[in-house]
Amino acid sequence: MSRSKNDLPDPLILAAAGAGIAVLATGAALLQRRRHRESRGQEETIATDAPHWTLDKASSRALFGKSVLINRPRAELYAAWMPERFPEFMENVVAVDDLGDDVSQWTIRAPAGREVTLVNRITERVEDTSIYWQSTPVSDIANSGEVRFIDAPAGRGTYVSLILAYDPPAGKVGRFAAKLLQREPEVQARRDLHRFKQLMETGEVTTNASPSARGAESPTEPHI
Amino acid sequence: MRAVTWQGRHKISVETVPDPEIVNPRDAIIRVTSTAICGSDLHLYDGYIPGMRAGDIVGHEFMGEVVETGAASTLQRGQRVVVPFTISCGQCFFCEKQQYSACDNSNPSETRDASELMMGHAMGGAFGYAHLTGGYAGGQAEYVRIPYSDVGPVVIPDDLADDDVLFLSDILPTGWQAAVNADIEPGDTVAVWGCGPVGLFTIQSALLLGAGRVIAIDHFPTRLALAKKYGAEILDYTKVDVREALAEMTGGIGPDACIDCVGMESHGFTVDNILDQVKVKLLSSTERIHALRQAILACRKGGRLSIPGVYGGFADKFPLGQLMEKGLTVKSGQTHVQRYSGDLLEMIQAGKFDTVSLISHHASLEDAADMYRHWHDEQNLYTKIVLKPGLAKGAVSARQEMEHA
Repeated sequence: MSRSKNDLPDPLILAAAGAGIAVLATGAALLQRRRHRESRGQEETIATDAPHWTLDKASSRALFGKSVLINRPRAELYAAWMPERFPEFMENVVAVDDLGDDVSQWTIRAPAGREVTLVNRITERVEDTSIYWQSTPVSDIANSGEVRFIDAPAGRGTYVSLILAYDPPAGKVGRFAAKLLQREPEVQARRDLHRFKQLMETGEVTTNASPSARGAESPTEPHI
Repeated sequence: MRAVTWQGRHKISVETVPDPEIVNPRDAIIRVTSTAICGSDLHLYDGYIPGMRAGDIVGHEFMGEVVETGAASTLQRGQRVVVPFTISCGQCFFCEKQQYSACDNSNPSETRDASELMMGHAMGGAFGYAHLTGGYAGGQAEYVRIPYSDVGPVVIPDDLADDDVLFLSDILPTGWQAAVNADIEPGDTVAVWGCGPVGLFTIQSALLLGAGRVIAIDHFPTRLALAKKYGAEILDYTKVDVREALAEMTGGIGPDACIDCVGMESHGFTVDNILDQVKVKLLSSTERIHALRQAILACRKGGRLSIPGVYGGFADKFPLGQLMEKGLTVKSGQTHVQRYSGDLLEMIQAGKFDTVSLISHHASLEDAADMYRHWHDEQNLYTKIVLKPGLAKGAVSARQEMEHA
């Protein structure tokens, strides 16, 4: 796999090294990526500048990545991406508690009215550029990731990329069930990233909350 | 409150629903005083727009009085405003480029996925127009919540009547943008397909933008008469071969710009349109693009094609080679209403547009179901319908000259 000069180190390697913790699921993801890189190295004939999370077929990726253009300066967005503010734009994050030492505990709404708890440690911050995290062993869902901030050209603001690896609860079945209920982490991450964009650009999270003749809906709650 | 709801194909009903409430700081609530039925509402009525749900409140052309404001709204209670049908945040990349209908924030994260899947990118939000454009309640109702109320609504001076300015919400800026997109040069010949309300405003706009002549194409006598009144030469496509007539009227070269104000439900009894109708019925295509095909073939080499007409998906037998070989420039899109609102309001005040004589009927909001049926079935008699929540049920008034007709 080729890397351009300004490419940052693999977020998973950094995260794992920084935390000194090898959570089983993300460790496996890392291994898989290494294996991919090795096999790719032999076959590679054409270089690519595509982001690493877009390589391979979507179904065989261990990583999820999504980027949005946000019309605000990089430093402002970097400063706003703090766990205390997550409940403002992460739909299913009910609360974030600071446990000290860059560890925070997230309470998240899960399928079937349950709640899950994530305990994540921020493993590295690169000022105005990226934030890496890694779950601790007590976390209900093993996960790690990076949020990356890059200047967009021509004064358009910032490209914000969210790169995520996680171990789906109860394997593929759990993932499918969560997807059906629209609580699947990739769907959720994509939507939350758009909510972050809305909040930072417009000062509020967009909602279509409005009346309808459907009895079950409230005029103050969003609907599909 | 009372509101006009979509319940299924050809099923419109007026229901009692909860009142809207302020949800976000930039919101405002308006009490609707006038709301029109749009030609594009017929696409919903006919079931051609995906993503409608039974119980949706429809309507995207409306105006009214501000009755409640959120903490960050710049509107004041009691102001009269016209509301653009496009919902635009004013602060994203697209809004800053004044491409307001492409707003990247107004389609909420819950609804934008489906829109992105279908179009490649999520469409901007709009009032009362299906869940692919955000699932917002529409304006054919007594009250509406207006998001980003500091960006969209146009405050109207007291000396202007509702009928003078209501169409700033959609069809006037849509007709104006259609003409702007045709890049009209002084003395140009511009052909306009469709003399519905958008076509009628396109004719007026093209002439204001310097067209030497406008040739309008339709088959409803009343609509052709309005086109003539606004300064167009007219062609009834049931009486002439449109392409031959256009060629003979332009020394054989064809119109400099062609504007398709028809969209996805093109009429006509030509072979291509009958095949399109069959395909649409069999659900293998969504579009009937007869007018668009004819516009491409009629346009002069190196000319401009402007498409304000609404299309929803994939089309068959699109004359792509003809488009390329003739070197046409194509511009299209939903209207960036907020970009034109201020200028168009001034032009209305200066008397440059006739915004009133195309209105054929005023009716009560309570009579919406009947009005949708008339709008669908009697397009000659019904050229534009304005619903008034304040009118009593059954109080329909038709325009003077229609009564003589």
